[in-house]
Parts: sequence; C-alpha cells; structure tokens
Amino acid sequence: MLETFIDRIRAAHAEDSPLILQGGGSKTFYGNADEGEVLSTRTLTGIVDYQSKELVLTARAGTPLAEIETALAERNQMLAFEPPHFGGAATLGGSIATGLSGPRRPYAGAARDFVLGVRMIDGTGQPLRFGGQVIKNVAGYDVSRLMAGALGTLGLITEVSLKVLPKPAAETTLQFELDETTAIENMNRWAGQPLPLSATSWHAGLLTVRLSGAESAVHGAQARLGGELLHDAAAFWQRLRDQATPFFDKRPLWRLAVKPTTPPLNLGSAVWIEWGGAVRWLASDLPAATLRDAAKIAGGHATLFRGSAPIDGAFAPLAPALRALHRNLKQRFDPKGILNRGRLYPEF
Amino acid sequence: MLSPAFLSQLRKLLPDHCVLHAREDLVPFESDGLSAYRNTPDVVALPENESQVAAILRLCHANQVAVVARGAGTGLAAGALPVDGAVLLVLSKLNQIRHIDPLARTATVQPGVRNLAISEAAAVHGLYYAPDPSSQIACSIGGNVAENSGGVHCLKYGLTVHNILKLRVWTIAGELLEIGSDTLDSPGYDLLALMTGSEGMLAVITEVTVKLLPRPQRAQVVLAAFDDVAKAGAAVGNIIAAGVIPAGLEMMDRLAIQAAEAFVHAGYPLDCEALLLCEVDGVNEEVSDDIFTVHEVLAASGAIEIHTAESEEQRLRFWAGRKAAFPAVGRLAPDYYCMDGTIPRAQLPHVLRRISEMSVEFGLAVANVFHAGDGNLHPLILFDANQPGELHQAEAFGSKILELCVEVGGTITGEHGVGLEKINQMCAQFATPELTRFHEVKAAFDPDTLLNPGKAVPELHRCAEWGAMHIHGGQLPHPELPRF
Repeated sequence: MLETFIDRIRAAHAEDSPLILQGGGSKTFYGNADEGEVLSTRTLTGIVDYQSKELVLTARAGTPLAEIETALAERNQMLAFEPPHFGGAATLGGSIATGLSGPRRPYAGAARDFVLGVRMIDGTGQPLRFGGQVIKNVAGYDVSRLMAGALGTLGLITEVSLKVLPKPAAETTLQFELDETTAIENMNRWAGQPLPLSATSWHAGLLTVRLSGAESAVHGAQARLGGELLHDAAAFWQRLRDQATPFFDKRPLWRLAVKPTTPPLNLGSAVWIEWGGAVRWLASDLPAATLRDAAKIAGGHATLFRGSAPIDGAFAPLAPALRALHRNLKQRFDPKGILNRGRLYPEF
Repeated sequence: MLSPAFLSQLRKLLPDHCVLHAREDLVPFESDGLSAYRNTPDVVALPENESQVAAILRLCHANQVAVVARGAGTGLAAGALPVDGAVLLVLSKLNQIRHIDPLARTATVQPGVRNLAISEAAAVHGLYYAPDPSSQIACSIGGNVAENSGGVHCLKYGLTVHNILKLRVWTIAGELLEIGSDTLDSPGYDLLALMTGSEGMLAVITEVTVKLLPRPQRAQVVLAAFDDVAKAGAAVGNIIAAGVIPAGLEMMDRLAIQAAEAFVHAGYPLDCEALLLCEVDGVNEEVSDDIFTVHEVLAASGAIEIHTAESEEQRLRFWAGRKAAFPAVGRLAPDYYCMDGTIPRAQLPHVLRRISEMSVEFGLAVANVFHAGDGNLHPLILFDANQPGELHQAEAFGSKILELCVEVGGTITGEHGVGLEKINQMCAQFATPELTRFHEVKAAFDPDTLLNPGKAVPELHRCAEWGAMHIHGGQLPHPELPRF
C-alpha cells in the first residue's frame, strides 16, 4: 500500500510535477493556495498499535480522528491536544501536518508535544522513519516534531505515533460576566495557581473556564472560583474547537497569537479570546501589515486563518536569516519543491 | 593544533582571563560527566556576553576552526568532549537571569544559569521550572536544551522541549536566529523542537525563555516492594490504566535497593526483587484521591509491602534513597558505567532477564534504576578501570544493552544524548536514509561541519565499519555501504 505513495512521489519528483497532500480535506482552507494534483491519504488508514498502558498509539495518516478518539475513549483515554475536526472528516495525518490544537492546548500541550515518531516519505520518494514508540527518546534530531505544522512541505506523513493521556475523571465549566481586560488578567492569574484549568475562552463579556481532573479537585476549584455552571459545556467547547459558531463564519478571519498577558488589542472588531489569552480571533478588514505589527509588538504573530478567496500570505513573514534556513531545510527534504508548493510560504 | 595567528586573534576578542591556554587551566575541561572520555582542549574561550559569543563564532567560521559548545559539563555522553584543533566555547559565564514574568509564567535566562537556580528564583511567585534532571543543582539550562534533558518528573510534566518558549541562538556564521516566541507557537517550521536535543551541532544558544508552572499544592509518595520485577513492571501499567499519571514513578532492582539502603538508610525493605516509588502531586484533594487509587492498584498487582510516606520528612527519605542510587552503587565497585536506553515498558521483564544473562557473560555486575513511567532504563555496570580490559568490557556490555533496547522497539538514549559515547549505536537505531537526512539537517545550519564535529550523528563510513564487526543473525547492517 505504501509502495503506491512512494511510486507516486518518485514519479512526481522525476517529472517535477507538484502534488497537493490531503487527508480528509477538512483543513484545505488553511495556509496559502497550493498547486498540483491531489494525493489523498484516505486509503492509508488504520490503528497500527495501541498500548494504553504505555500511553502510546500508532496509526496510519489517513485514519479519521473520530476513529482514533473512539478507540481511545473505550479505554478512557484521549488526545490531550484536542485537535479540531472542522466538519468531521479530519485525519490524524492532517492534524499533525497542520499542527493545530484545540482548547486544551495551553494546559496540556500542542499536537507537536504529543508526537513520538513518524513514518514519512520525503519529496524524492524516500521513505523515512524518525522517533519511535517510546516517550523519552533523544537519539538524532527531532525530525518527527519538525513535521508537525510543516504543512506537508517536508514530506508526506504516512504514520504517526503519539503519546495519549487518561481522560480526566471529572469536568466542569464555569462562566463569569467580565470585561475583556479583567478576563485576560484572570486567565493568567489562575494559570499561575494550582488549579485544574483545561480550557479558557472569552467572548462578548463572558469568560468561560473549564476545569478537569479528579472529582474532588474540580469541585474544590469550583468552590474557590465561583461563577455560573454552564450546562451543555461539552458542546460549547466542541463548537469552539471546530469554529462552528457564527463568529467564525466571517471573512477574513485572523488569528493573532500573542503573549498571553497582552491587554485588549482594540483593533476595532469583536474578538474571541482563547488559550489563556494567547490567541485572539477576529474578523477584520484592516491591512495585513497592521494586524501583523500589532501581533508582533505583542510578542507573537498573525495568521490569516480563513479568507474569502484563496490566500497568498497566510503566515507572518520570517526574518531573513530564518527564511534562508527554511528554504535550506525545504531543499534538503524536497529538492524540487513538489510537496504542497507554496502552502506555507509562496517562495517554496 | 590551532595556529598562533588564530589564537592571537581570539585573545583580541576577549579579556585575558576569558581565554585559557595554559595546560593546567585546560585540564578541568578535558571531559564532561563521562570521564572515561578525555581530551585536553587546545584552547578554552569563556565569553562574558552575547556579542563575544558572536565574535568568536565569526572568527572560527572565517578561519574554518571547529567549535565545541559546553555548559556546566555535567553531560553523560561525551557530548562536550573537546575536539582536536577546536575552540571549546564554555558558556558558564553567561549566567544571568534576565527576567521573570510571574503573570505570564516565564523566565528569560542566559544559558549558563543552573537548572535549579531558575526554580529558586521563581519560588517567590509560587512558580517553578518543571524538568529536573538529577544533576539539576549543577547542570545549566543551555545544556538542558542541547540535550533535551528529562528527569524524574517528565512523564507528567514533559521534557525540556515541552517547557521552553523561545531561544536566541547563533549560527556558526555568527548570525542570530530568534526561534519561538512569547506566545505558544510560531510561523514556519518548528525549529524550537529541532534545536532542542541537537547536542550543540546546529547553533549556539545564548538565551532561553522557559515556561514556569505553579508549584503543586501537595506531593505524596507511596513505596511498594515486589518479589518479582515483572509484577512491579505490570503494576506501573496498572497505575496508568487506572487513569493516574504520577509525577514520578521510579523502579529499582535488588542490587540498587540494597546499595541505596546501605548508603542512606531510606527505610527500604531489603527482602524484595523490585521497589516502586510512586509520587502523585497536585491540589490537595486530588492527591488524596490518587494515593487511594495507587494504593489499591499496587495491592491488586501483588505488592508484598506498601508504605505511604506519613510525613514530608519520610517522603524525602524515600526519595533520598532513589536519588542516591548512583553514588550508592558507586560504593560497590571502583567504577560504574551508566547506560540510558528506553524500552516499551512491557518489555521490561525480558530486557532485565537478558541484562542479567549478559552480566554473567561479561563477568560484570549490574544494578538497574528505571524511570518506570516513561520506560527509561539506567543499568549501572560495575567495573574497575584499574583492571586491564575491564573498561573495555563494560563498554562492550553497555553496547549490547543499547542494541537490546533497539531490538525490543526502544531507543539507545532516553535523556543523556548520543555525544561521542553512543555514536556507533546510532548505526543500530537508524538506517542510511535517516542518517543522511540528519547530516542534511546539520548542513542546513552548519554546511562546513564546524559545530561539535564528529558527535551525535555517525558518518556513514563509520557505520559501515562498525556494522562489519557486528554481524547480527547473519544480517549485515547497512549492506549497501562500501566496507572500509
């Protein structure tokens, strides 16, 4: 089965013809418009190995996230980075290639934090294997994590090994009516205290906080923080994770990642804050440069997350030395630039 | 040898006391924590600020002189072993804590700041830096990043790679790269991951921004004794299956237990084959719940004795035994050689059985200390370097253990790094295409191979030569390579 993919990439390399790597197609909006024929991993499915007592799961790239999450739930475990599904068809490979994580990210870690190993095919059609199925491994450079978020530009991920975690025994969500400034302050202050936080959100005057852990710990924190109990909380966090609320329908949708303590940015549009203050979503027609500067001053970067037309500058430009290094790495893994050409940066 | 012209240019870049070249000044730098490997450096440069680091790198680059970066020198894989004709760039004078931001929970520090000093400085805010390698009192954060250091608590709190946000690094050409950011991610490739654990091969670190965590309200430890290592191994899996992620989960075998008990009188039961130490931490109520669960699981897993520390004093005493395990084992023989493989935990009984068989074959005793939660095994091979051939025997035994780790699906190094020590075993773990990519990753940063040359990733001809001597099961590794 893998041979088909190797042959296809070898041929594309030989003919210098670009390929668009795709899983379930749930995140085709993300990144710049790319060119070429679609190479789908949807036939490359299945959980290869799942050792719940070792906290390690290995699955082929095209395996639907839903299938993995079901298997994990049967043993009371989960993907702690809470990857977005964006409509349902998301695959493991796509989740790792985009490196996107959900509401639990600031408290549990990002997609890249849980990657233990990958099998991949580089841009010359060479199959490669990095990392492994063990939690601690420092042999060789960490190419597995380098693949997370590389948007397939360094290789086609064919198999991923991940660290998984037990599901928390209890979960509760509290809401507080607060202005933006106070909400940002509280998110940060609480994160510096021994509280079982697992997600935070602020929008339209409402701070929403999820607590996860042992029953007693969740109840204790709830008693300490006060607030109103949110019923149907699972649906709330799932909609936020998948951007399935009308707020996220507006275009262009920008994601400003900033130092979490950054005060309100006041950019003239309604904002949705996530990740303890570290991510500010807004639909804004302001020039890209204005938004990029605002994010940069705040210690981060701005991404044009969803546009109304194909995007040609999704990600913040890199400093010259970093840009040269990126080009150099790309050249080593995909010398002819056939994999997801232009998806990450137009120049490669 | 470095030319007098080069040395005189180097001296112009730094104050006199920051360039060491007299033999007696160089000797302390001849090895890192793995003293079996020694090489006196040609010259030691001890820059006092970032611009001196950049200037040294530019000078070396212009003269095509190699550079070996070194922090506190506590590494255990000869990663900072001096290389002939190279400058040993020691970053220990860059030891300032630049800034602690208690609300954002970060600390920005220079590479020579000691691991423990970060937690000490953050303590006033109720915060700490989680990764705690055993050498944390001495090891520095720059070296921790270079090695992706772990520690006793990494099953729950992660390795260095999970606990840093931003780096300032300099390429060998003397160019600054700012990697990562003050937020949780950065555009482009994850160079933060690539730099972490890169063993000084890609760039030189001059500043690290780390994440700080709130200090857990409470920690509690349970000690359990088993009459069989397989049962102890299974108990670890059962604890995790019960939904508890312990802050620390350590195992010791009979020889390690007895050595530790004789040394620090930790109160360990002596009539057992394996001892588990399971620590849980968090908010008060959660710790109580988890301790109850752990206790039940240990009993159901066949522990012959279970003790929950009844006081903070007893908790620390239980840990003192584990923490003193290395020096304690060191009392049993003139020398010991510490290995660092990781295995899937289910393979533990098989691996320990094979190790004890090999112990007989090689005629050297071995004590096993195990970060059981994450499968990181530290066999300590006892030997006497004054007996002709024993060091060589210990190294050969160690190699076999690492190859066994790879064979059962594990890795040759969980936290100590490859350095020079395990460079041959890299040939057992990786095939030619992967090793080639590693060299290409290095070339993307350091095309002239000037940073820490000869470490971490073996040259392909080295694997061919090593492979020729290690024909396994009739199969020659790397058959595609020309021999010698």
